[in-house]
Amino acid sequence: MSLLEVSGLVAGYGDFQALFDIDLDVDEGETLAVIGANGAGKTTLLRTVAGLVRAWSGEIRFDGTDLLSVSAHRRVREGIAMVPEGRQLFPSLNVRENLQVGAYSRRPGAWIVPRVLDVFPLLEPLMDRPADVLSGGEQQAAAIGRALMTNPRLILLDEASLGLAPVVVKQVYNALPSITEAGTTVLVVEQDISQALAVADRVLCLLEGRVSLEGSPSELERSQITAAYFDLEGRSDQHGGLEGRSDGHGGPD
Amino acid sequence: MEWINAVVQGLLLGGLFALFATGLSLAFGVMRFVNLAHGDLAILGAFLAVSTTASMDINPFISLLVVVPIMTALGYALQRFVFNRTIGEDPLPSILVTFGLGVVLQNLLLERYSADSRGLDAGALETSSLTINDDIAVGWFPVVILVTALVVLIGLHLFLRRTRLGRAFRATSDAPATARLMGIDDRNIYAVVMAIAFATVAVAGVFLGIRQTFGPTDGPAQLVFGFEAVVIGGLGSLWGTLLGGLILGVAQTVGNQIDADFGFLSGPLYGHLIFLGVLAFRPTGLLGSRSRS
Amino acid sequence: MSEYRISRSTPESTVGLIGAAVAVLVLATLPWWDSDGSLQTPLIVVLYYLALAQMWNLLAGFAGLVSVGQQMFVGIGIYTMLQVAEVIGLDPFLAVPVAGMVAAVLSLPVAAFAFRLKGGYFAIGTWVVAEVLRLLVTESGTHLRGGDVRSLTRDSLGGYSLEMRTNLTYWLALALAAGATAIVVFALRSRLGLALRAIRDNESGARGLGVDVTRTKLIVWVVAAFWTGCTGAVILLNTNSATAASAFSVLRWTALVIFIAVIGGVGSTTGAIIGVLVYWFLDEQLEDAENWRFIILGAIAAVMALVAPRGFYGLLQRWRPLQFFPVRRRLVKRDSVGEPT
Repeated sequence: MSLLEVSGLVAGYGDFQALFDIDLDVDEGETLAVIGANGAGKTTLLRTVAGLVRAWSGEIRFDGTDLLSVSAHRRVREGIAMVPEGRQLFPSLNVRENLQVGAYSRRPGAWIVPRVLDVFPLLEPLMDRPADVLSGGEQQAAAIGRALMTNPRLILLDEASLGLAPVVVKQVYNALPSITEAGTTVLVVEQDISQALAVADRVLCLLEGRVSLEGSPSELERSQITAAYFDLEGRSDQHGGLEGRSDGHGGPD
Repeated sequence: MEWINAVVQGLLLGGLFALFATGLSLAFGVMRFVNLAHGDLAILGAFLAVSTTASMDINPFISLLVVVPIMTALGYALQRFVFNRTIGEDPLPSILVTFGLGVVLQNLLLERYSADSRGLDAGALETSSLTINDDIAVGWFPVVILVTALVVLIGLHLFLRRTRLGRAFRATSDAPATARLMGIDDRNIYAVVMAIAFATVAVAGVFLGIRQTFGPTDGPAQLVFGFEAVVIGGLGSLWGTLLGGLILGVAQTVGNQIDADFGFLSGPLYGHLIFLGVLAFRPTGLLGSRSRS
Repeated sequence: MSEYRISRSTPESTVGLIGAAVAVLVLATLPWWDSDGSLQTPLIVVLYYLALAQMWNLLAGFAGLVSVGQQMFVGIGIYTMLQVAEVIGLDPFLAVPVAGMVAAVLSLPVAAFAFRLKGGYFAIGTWVVAEVLRLLVTESGTHLRGGDVRSLTRDSLGGYSLEMRTNLTYWLALALAAGATAIVVFALRSRLGLALRAIRDNESGARGLGVDVTRTKLIVWVVAAFWTGCTGAVILLNTNSATAASAFSVLRWTALVIFIAVIGGVGSTTGAIIGVLVYWFLDEQLEDAENWRFIILGAIAAVMALVAPRGFYGLLQRWRPLQFFPVRRRLVKRDSVGEPT
């Protein structure tokens, strides 16, 4: 049994449907990278798993338990943590307090402040600074640390490298092994394909709210990924244009 | 010397205003919620004390042991089951629901207790005072009010800074959705905030009832004073709220002195004028540097 | 040529317009067929409440200005009327627009303060200003004598018989109610209405589109102040006497008005009419129980705000979507005029 099992997931905002019949499985201890262009539904997928977006239909099972009617704050207690896009540190709290808020739900586990500082030593001198004066990379480190403080079994990492300098991105990803070696499962959304391929056990590509490709980095051809990413197989405009195309529908689902 | 006396009495009166304003300030700070029934709830607290003291034959201070828990529970329940449904982008539903609640409460009190003025008799403490010199005598009870206000505000400050729940309050205030990702139930936080707001306003109401006579229709005036203290001090700042309350208190007592000496406008108007002045020249309030809208 | 055109009218809007015209005409002739005044007396009150409710509706439902201080403009209207008719000696019926103008002029400095506050704090801010005005009038000593009961005396009303005076008051109330409804409908149909709609949907977005948000809100604020001030003057013609406490009463001139608008449906002109009819019905049932009137109306309004934010009108719409006074533009197919697509 996989740790996270998503099947037939449909979700969106208001009248706008962002996800169409998504299936995915993540095994315990695995790192899955979700790639895709802007607006492909990556963030919506993560927010739906975290419980911030309500699923319209489908199933989300975590360790066998149905999560659909479980609110976001309870999913944290079940062991799901999320690092939201844009880091979203609490600006009126200092770095230490941001980390402490992560421990709010009192989920037992190995992650405590000193261990977070072992993984992200750059936070050590910043602990008493207000979170909103940190640089982007420092914020990302603090945000990941804050999520780890919930002692998650699954950590959802949204746009891990967005807006960060390459050297900082490297620092952030260098920390990944020390997270996964503790058995924590990682679901990361990443726009940088090569970065995703470098860190992930498996890659899943989203295109306009549907899964367009799935596989392990070693199996996948670069051209396959590019095609799935940029919609080069002619599976276009299923819901955008007025005239809807009737051909080329039989993509993988 | 009578002017110094006016200032001293004003500072003491300001403690009461600060106590009225604490709940408003906290609810606005954490959830941007404005409770238009806040003043009527203070009066409800005072009337609950009237009934408790009469039926149980106890001192109004002891009645706090009954009144405060009742009001705390009421605040929690109202927020959890009613007010939370009004929280959102549009401020209209929360204004309508709390305004409606205030009017209903006021008229229910009129039905139950009639329009007569009441007072709470706290015995010797109410009248005894500390003579500082020939011109200045400080009543023990106003000192108790001011000290209570200080204790409540310092306590709240420490609670927000030092405790797990207090950090959750501040995190929720910053970003409720992100707070949920930390396992914080924002709806429950809001209910706890309102419970604290009701507890403090109940204390303020009972103190008001000991200090002066009151009637069922006095709520809106208390709301106005509390609101002015919050705005003068700066939205969302607890120390600002204390400062705002003290300024308002001094404005009233000094204003009364002006009225007595020169016969020009009564005390409360001076408080209102200071409020309008702050609104005109420093709309973020005295301690509100950051605009939090 | 496009196959669509832009239309505002619906079949029932024609009915609405004709119906409204007929209703106003019938009501205008009431003094000739309601000889004992059994309808006229309550209708004066109902009509001026309708005028107040439409104006509050325009402010809160369309401009996002949730004022809890409208009693200040009623009070200003009442005291302007007293001063102009009693002290200056102008005919009281001619003094009505003067009362409106004074309210409109005074609404500008009030806006300078209150517009600095948002949402719920704007609401309390307007309340504070109204409270300050009440206190100032109360303490104005011999100038306005707000602490005393002041009445329109026989001197200033000498030219009118009692019947003539009642009829004129009634017609004025009718004109204010019909006019208020018309103002809201036509204001919303104009460019101003488009701007208001944009602001209501997304204030910063509207600003980005070049809508002058503050100016738009200010126009609505001043118009509502003018009409509310005129209504205050007519209220005095009806009640004849006032104190500062009754003239600046938040319960009578704002709370009841808000309840009427909310019960009927915020953001709709038909809603205010439904609301005032509910008020009239309850008022007849609860003749001497003023407290219960506030308790019941307040409770209904609070519950409505929670479960049916669009009031009775909204419930009606859910059941059967009729637009009696439409203000929205819709796309309509050319060959099927009047039919929604």
